Amino acid sequence: MQGRAVDGSDEILAVDGVSVTLSGREILRDVTFHINAGEFTGLIGSNGAGKTTLIRVILGLITPSSGTVRVESGSRGHPLIGYVPQRITLDPDMPLRARDLVGLGIDGQRFGLPLPSATRRKQVDEMLDAVDATRFADSRVGNLSGGEQQRILIAHAIISHPRLLLLDEPLANLDIGSEQEVVDLLARIAREQRIAVLISTHDMNPLLPVMDRIVYVANGRIATGTTAEVVSSESLTKLYGVHVDVIHVHNRILVVAGRREEALQHGGSESIVELV
Amino acid sequence: MFSGLMLTAWESASIVAVVAGVVGFFIGLRGSAFAAHALPNGAFAGAAGASLIGVDAIAGLAVFSILGALTIAALGRRARHDVATALVIVVMLGLGSLFLSMTTEYAPEIFSLLFGEVLGVSSSELIPIAIIGVVCIAAMFLVYRPLMLSSVMPDVAEARGVGSTRMEVIFLVIVALTTTMAVPVVGALLIFSLLISPAAAARSFTNRPFTAMGLSVLIALGTVWSAIALAYLSNLPIGFFVGSIGAGTYAAGRLWAGWKRNRASTPRVAGGRSRAQVQIS
Repeated sequence: MQGRAVDGSDEILAVDGVSVTLSGREILRDVTFHINAGEFTGLIGSNGAGKTTLIRVILGLITPSSGTVRVESGSRGHPLIGYVPQRITLDPDMPLRARDLVGLGIDGQRFGLPLPSATRRKQVDEMLDAVDATRFADSRVGNLSGGEQQRILIAHAIISHPRLLLLDEPLANLDIGSEQEVVDLLARIAREQRIAVLISTHDMNPLLPVMDRIVYVANGRIATGTTAEVVSSESLTKLYGVHVDVIHVHNRILVVAGRREEALQHGGSESIVELV
Repeated sequence: MFSGLMLTAWESASIVAVVAGVVGFFIGLRGSAFAAHALPNGAFAGAAGASLIGVDAIAGLAVFSILGALTIAALGRRARHDVATALVIVVMLGLGSLFLSMTTEYAPEIFSLLFGEVLGVSSSELIPIAIIGVVCIAAMFLVYRPLMLSSVMPDVAEARGVGSTRMEVIFLVIVALTTTMAVPVVGALLIFSLLISPAAAARSFTNRPFTAMGLSVLIALGTVWSAIALAYLSNLPIGFFVGSIGAGTYAAGRLWAGWKRNRASTPRVAGGRSRAQVQIS
């Protein structure tokens, strides 16, 4: 982004030379990228490309076989990383309101009963308002729609003021309307609260208007840079190791692999595979 | 109805109800009803074993239920949780039948281990029951928040340093201790009812977690109190009343929830209809 300090003090996440091997299979190889405060980064790749593994490495749940991950330390032992995992199923019968789940974001890891306090309540109310969830704050969280739950999970993740917010496929299973709402909300959070947002998705199109940086995963390796730099025929052909076409249609990008001549000869789409 | 032996019965049953109400709330939240069924079975085998070698029943209950809890947690990490739990039940019940075949206990004593003997609790047994009860409640309140986080969103909890396995072990040991103190009072089969029904009924009445837990305690207390009174008056077994009142409170909860849902949705339907009428006219 122009006009934004890119010096070391603004760097939130540094992933350097990370390789991951899980039960003998190499999932990620020599992955290096850096993210700065307030940046909106898309982690793009097809299913099984290693996006979730990379997120779990950043969270410290998987130890890489080589390389380092450094997350900028915040003040006073706050959880530094906000995290919204993939596919959460919340029991609709569960007696837990949206506001209770957001409140657990403040102190859910601490021992003892949550004592009611005016400060805590105010903090939760402000957070609910920030993600536009005041309307359903007192509803059971399991009864909310996918988009509403996603907003509550985001509120839960950022109420403790992390510097980095990781979201694993938050747009999966959302209708187009709520997809757009969630993307806009995340872009606003990144901008206003200077949180670095890293969001994984197999479809980059909803993120195109707001993405500052892209980390594209394929074959266990990544390509990173601006969307224009990474999502080009040249760069993705190099990453995938097969010929890749990048097609722009109606402000959408389609990435397809396959040999064009062959496809034309056969007059069909058999050898064309849509990648993401 | 409130003197001597009966007083001890009221006291012990009340302690069991309070603990079962609190622990049951988390059993519902975590969906661990199967473990809550398995551990009392294991405890039953322990009590049978204890009588065989001539030690206190509570010691046998504690050793076997805690062993069962740790085994379920350990096996559950690698295999499917329900399969691990089922294996624990089967092994424990097998041991129980072996111990029973070797013991010279009279049938009524075994019957009381299974179905409880609330009138048979002596005042000397009341002290360990109370101590274990206090330990269980204190432990539940201590881990309330991390256990809640881990039950609702295990992945998020893990990323925040609240290990799922650690929480599972802690919780199952609390269930095992609850079982230990409850089996002599309400029996191995009926503690299951007190762990499930009150909490399941409570969640129909409120959206708030802490209120639901309190309500679960009140329903559990109401269940055992009315069961004791009815058993005393009718001379029918107490277990019959615990089981059927428990199921009754759950049914009442569902009916209440259904009635409230209908009431909430009625105005919306009426509003929609009147808008349609305006458009037509």
